[in-house]
Amino acid sequence: MTTRYKVMPGPEHFLPPSAASMGNSLPDPGQGHIHGSIVPEEQAMEEAAKQFLAAKVPTIFPGPLVLWAWNEKAAKKAKAIRHLFETLKDCVASTQTPMLIPMPDYRPKYPKINPEIEINPNHPNLTIWHNKIDACIFVGVHCHQANLSLKIIRGGTDCYTIAMCAQAGHEDAMLSVRDTTADKILRLADWVKKLKGTVEPPK
Amino acid sequence: MSKERIKIAPELFEIMPPEYQDLVDRATYGNETRGWKDIGNAKELIEEHSLCAGCPESMAFRYILASLPNPEDTVMVGSTGCTSLVFPHVAVHNIHSLFGNQNAIASGLKRALSVRFPDRHKDVVVLAGDGATVDIGLDMTLQAWFRQEKFTTICFDNELYANTGGQESGLMQKGFVAKMAPVGKTFEKVRLPEIARESGCHYVVNCTVSKPNLVEKVIKNAIHVAREIGPTYLQLYTPCILEIGKNSMEGLQEMRDSEKPTERFAYKEYVSEPAKELLTEIAAKEKERKAAAKKQLASQGA
Repeated sequence: MTTRYKVMPGPEHFLPPSAASMGNSLPDPGQGHIHGSIVPEEQAMEEAAKQFLAAKVPTIFPGPLVLWAWNEKAAKKAKAIRHLFETLKDCVASTQTPMLIPMPDYRPKYPKINPEIEINPNHPNLTIWHNKIDACIFVGVHCHQANLSLKIIRGGTDCYTIAMCAQAGHEDAMLSVRDTTADKILRLADWVKKLKGTVEPPK
Repeated sequence: MSKERIKIAPELFEIMPPEYQDLVDRATYGNETRGWKDIGNAKELIEEHSLCAGCPESMAFRYILASLPNPEDTVMVGSTGCTSLVFPHVAVHNIHSLFGNQNAIASGLKRALSVRFPDRHKDVVVLAGDGATVDIGLDMTLQAWFRQEKFTTICFDNELYANTGGQESGLMQKGFVAKMAPVGKTFEKVRLPEIARESGCHYVVNCTVSKPNLVEKVIKNAIHVAREIGPTYLQLYTPCILEIGKNSMEGLQEMRDSEKPTERFAYKEYVSEPAKELLTEIAAKEKERKAAAKKQLASQGA
């Protein structure tokens, strides 16, 4: 299935349109999307792993839904995210710098955030620019804040955005899977391990 | 009620910025004896604020947040004004309402929380400026009191619209000339504490925020009375030093001058009979708790 609007790495422009307003639809259960095109979930997972292995600074942005141990599910996801990060570190070349940067909450920070150690949905581009992040995964971020961030990132940076959503997916990311559980995060880690050495690392 | 609800996932603890780690390790959530004396010793629930240097409102905010008896189960409702610049930086649930709508929002919120959490105290505290409370939102303020809604309304009274450059407000004193009110106020300061009393508030206080222990006392009283009996109202003088032509370090003196016996912010308190009974009961329990703690300390020392 193709759509009129391809969600590609930017910088697009100051206010990129929401992909939904351009006719992009969300994947059904068992599916994901790549640049707005609906694909089987496994294909999206493979592509996400490839993008991460090919990036100079692949970064995971865990949001409040997984940073805080609200319940057992959240704690399990946090464990899986840590595993994904450790796997990524083991699988990348020395020219790559994987990062794990939290989005602890959504409040605009005064006088400014420290982009080295956190990301804020109101100006996520600062963290992307500062750390020269070229591929990122959003996980555990509430839908509205994720969409806001993803659009700002698309508007002002050339970062490849991946959204692992616990609900219905994100059409504003370049790649998204839906119904994310801890097991699904571990599956992505397996894909990273499987594809190790098959993707040319950046120079 | 405890810090149990704000645990960081252990696998990700070390990547959290230090202020969040501090909030979990050193804040006073769940501490029944929390109060203004924790300021400087424990992690405060207010991060850096964006108010002007020396603003009395920032002092008031710190005292109030330190005095909330139950911050982990408190929702604060704010409105447009300088207070809304601070709310993004506080570690207490808060809602920014449409200008003047704060007491209507709080009414619905309090009722919903009572239905959803019948076994738990959920405190709702409205904190808004004088424009939102007395001018634009007077209807909502009064209607909430008439209906006997069980929450506390705090008005930060700086006697004008400070955030927008100094326009006249209902709580401005008669004759005062402000930057955007060059003719001078032609009528008296609205007597909202008296109106609150007549409208059904069970605990009403009019004072400044120059004394942190007093602020703690009135905040705790107001919240306890609102929880058990009915609406309460606090009118706290937080002068806008910029709009009244003072320097950063002169805010405290301005409050002290305004709370002298003949001045407009001389301490005024009204407590209804049922509220009096409740407060006496709470005071007795507190005395008992302190005596027990003293006894325990003495036995440990021996």
